[in-house]
Amino acid sequence: MAMSSMAASSAISSPFITPKDGGVSSLSAQSSSSIKVMPKKVSKKIVSVMTPQQSERKPSTTGSVKTGMTMTEKIFSRASEKSQLIPGENVWVNIDILMTHDVCGPGSIGIFKKEFGNDAKVWDREKVVIIPDHYIFTSDERANRNVDIIRDFSHEQGIKYFYDIKDLSNFKANPDYKGVCHVALAQEGHCRPGEVLVGTDSHTCTAGAFGQFATGIGNTDAGFVLGTGKLLLKVPPTLRFVLDGEMPDYLLAKDLILQIIGEISVSGATYKAMEFVGSTVESLTMEERMTLCNMVVEAGGKNGIVPADATTFKYLEGKTSLPYEPVYSDGDARFLQEYRIDVSKLEPLVAKPHSPDNRALARECKDVKIDRVYIGSCTGGKTEDFQAAARVLLASGEKVKVPTFLVPATQKVWMDIYTLPVPGSGGKTMSQIFEAAGCDTPTSPSCGACLGGPKDTYARINEPQVCVSTTNRNFPGRMGHKDGQIYLASPYTAAASALTGFVTDPRDFLH
Amino acid sequence: MSAIAYSANTTTFSSTISSITPRYSRHQPPASIAFSNTPKQPSFKTLTLKKLQFPNTTISPRKAVVCAASSDAPGKSFHGMCYVVRDNIDTDQIIQAEYCTLIPSNPDEYEKLGSYALMGLPDSYETRFVEPGEYKTKYPIIIGGYNFGCGSSREHAPVALGAAGAPVVVAESYARIFFRNSVATGEIYPLESEVRICDECKTGDEVTIELENSLLINHTSGKEYKLKSIGDAGPVIEAGGIFAYARKSGMIPA
Ligand code: SF4
Repeated sequence: MAMSSMAASSAISSPFITPKDGGVSSLSAQSSSSIKVMPKKVSKKIVSVMTPQQSERKPSTTGSVKTGMTMTEKIFSRASEKSQLIPGENVWVNIDILMTHDVCGPGSIGIFKKEFGNDAKVWDREKVVIIPDHYIFTSDERANRNVDIIRDFSHEQGIKYFYDIKDLSNFKANPDYKGVCHVALAQEGHCRPGEVLVGTDSHTCTAGAFGQFATGIGNTDAGFVLGTGKLLLKVPPTLRFVLDGEMPDYLLAKDLILQIIGEISVSGATYKAMEFVGSTVESLTMEERMTLCNMVVEAGGKNGIVPADATTFKYLEGKTSLPYEPVYSDGDARFLQEYRIDVSKLEPLVAKPHSPDNRALARECKDVKIDRVYIGSCTGGKTEDFQAAARVLLASGEKVKVPTFLVPATQKVWMDIYTLPVPGSGGKTMSQIFEAAGCDTPTSPSCGACLGGPKDTYARINEPQVCVSTTNRNFPGRMGHKDGQIYLASPYTAAASALTGFVTDPRDFLH
Repeated sequence: MSAIAYSANTTTFSSTISSITPRYSRHQPPASIAFSNTPKQPSFKTLTLKKLQFPNTTISPRKAVVCAASSDAPGKSFHGMCYVVRDNIDTDQIIQAEYCTLIPSNPDEYEKLGSYALMGLPDSYETRFVEPGEYKTKYPIIIGGYNFGCGSSREHAPVALGAAGAPVVVAESYARIFFRNSVATGEIYPLESEVRICDECKTGDEVTIELENSLLINHTSGKEYKLKSIGDAGPVIEAGGIFAYARKSGMIPA
């Protein structure tokens, strides 16, 4: 491209991101109204799943409203039954879904029992979703015990959505087992626009892709929610990210969020909501929007959120029968700050060790020799992530030069890998492409080595190696060994790097 | 022995604390948090018990905690050697994921968590926070840079520090979930310094923290540093966590 001589540094110092001080309605009227108004085309479909409009839920119709609200504020307002809220207010919020997993579930349950009594019942057995996913395929006794604890609790409480696994030797023998909680929540229809979802996992923010408020909480808070269905939350101010421009076909949502985190730093959004809008965001699939929201916590964000639209409603068809009510930011909503990004000018990125904001262009790191590649996790282990990796491998026709580990997020993703054809391959499935390229056989779905885990975890980094990974964190020791070095990257970049044994820009293969 | 102390200590529960966000101060709500008007009772547990356990920490809760006006846990002070870390200390460094199978509400697992605290720090930290084979630290006060506690939502992180015998962290800033978990569990005081002090203090320095005066005194270097007010969070930690606090205020049945 034209500005190439300076491109390396310029992409980074961001001429493409223009922060604007958050004036009241700094957002242009058109863009916000285009977001606000539900597309006519889809309205028929939506009607069938929407609740009848309830006036007490609509602050804007009460007449008392003086200032517009962001979509995050509106969700808080509905969930706290208040007509108007401002950032900084503490309100009791009714929780729509509480998710917990095998790592934090036992602790949350312990606190729940201790505080509410041994015979206490959870506030709503259909609103608690329990997903074993972290330490599953291990012989670690405590890890196995923890799954037993959440199983016993689920049975005792009649928890409706508990995705059990008993036979560790063959995950396919467990029809209820899903895998990584954030991906499973979406696939099983627990993510709905306008709702409040909390989970004992920091990447619970992933569900913001559905236009809902979703955030991670600790065990103690979760214990309280189990007993009461409520949580005292502070209304966050919103940072708005307007992403426009056509997305080049060598970029993925992972590049977009790495760009943003590199821009605002790992604490740039601490305590704040991050709202993603603009034509690029509208063009993203649900899985890509999930990637975008997944990593807001790496910028310190409380939640990430994308307005629901036809893509959202389509994804939800057949997944949930519950009514939901999307909300949208008002034209005069207040944003703490607004950032504009011209996506068409971005290049593939990585986050170098040991921080997700240690951004660099992939091509700047072409001399970094790597020992392995990891494709998996709630960030980069979804069906489309494997499709992307397969696309690069197919385009090259070559074999990978370093061990390449594939960890599908969920059982559904695993199935997709073995059944869905890769476009342009003459009908070959992803698994066939991976095999031909010499990747490791896709393993059982779970969090795997994304967070290290017990010593016998598949693909865990047990030596001081260099890994290109589609996961979300590269802090020291994150994937196992303290002196391991993790380069976070998109599935394109990860696959390209596997092919060369160095950090590699995927354009080397996609052109 | 200390098992009893632990179980009392881990009581906490709940809800909320959102109220206490470390960084955002623009729209402070009017006194919000429902908890604030409760008459304070002498705080019974956490701190006194910890004092017994960790003789090298001097924590002196003032007997009659009266003035409800100040939320700064009046009269409390901490004294001991400090352990100094840098920026972006994430929860994997505070407690490695493989130890998160430990359940903090089980007393002996709680104690074990303490023995693993800050073990994830890179080897460049030559002095270990907890010596191999030990369960407790020699350093009751941790001093850090910005964004302390970033990363996962694991409550094991503040619990591990508390279990190791460090009831207070002083950092430039915190990640949201860590801050909230610290307060919800009542395990540690997450204090913020007004200036960066992790460059000026060294591991092993003798330090006193006076909560009432929002002051950190480094006796080794002879320097003093102003701390930010702990705000709404103080009384909650003092009560021993959000559950104890919510009970006191009648928010949930005692
Ligand atoms: S895949 Fe990784 S980041 Fe996602 S929930 Fe599991 S451990 Fe956490």
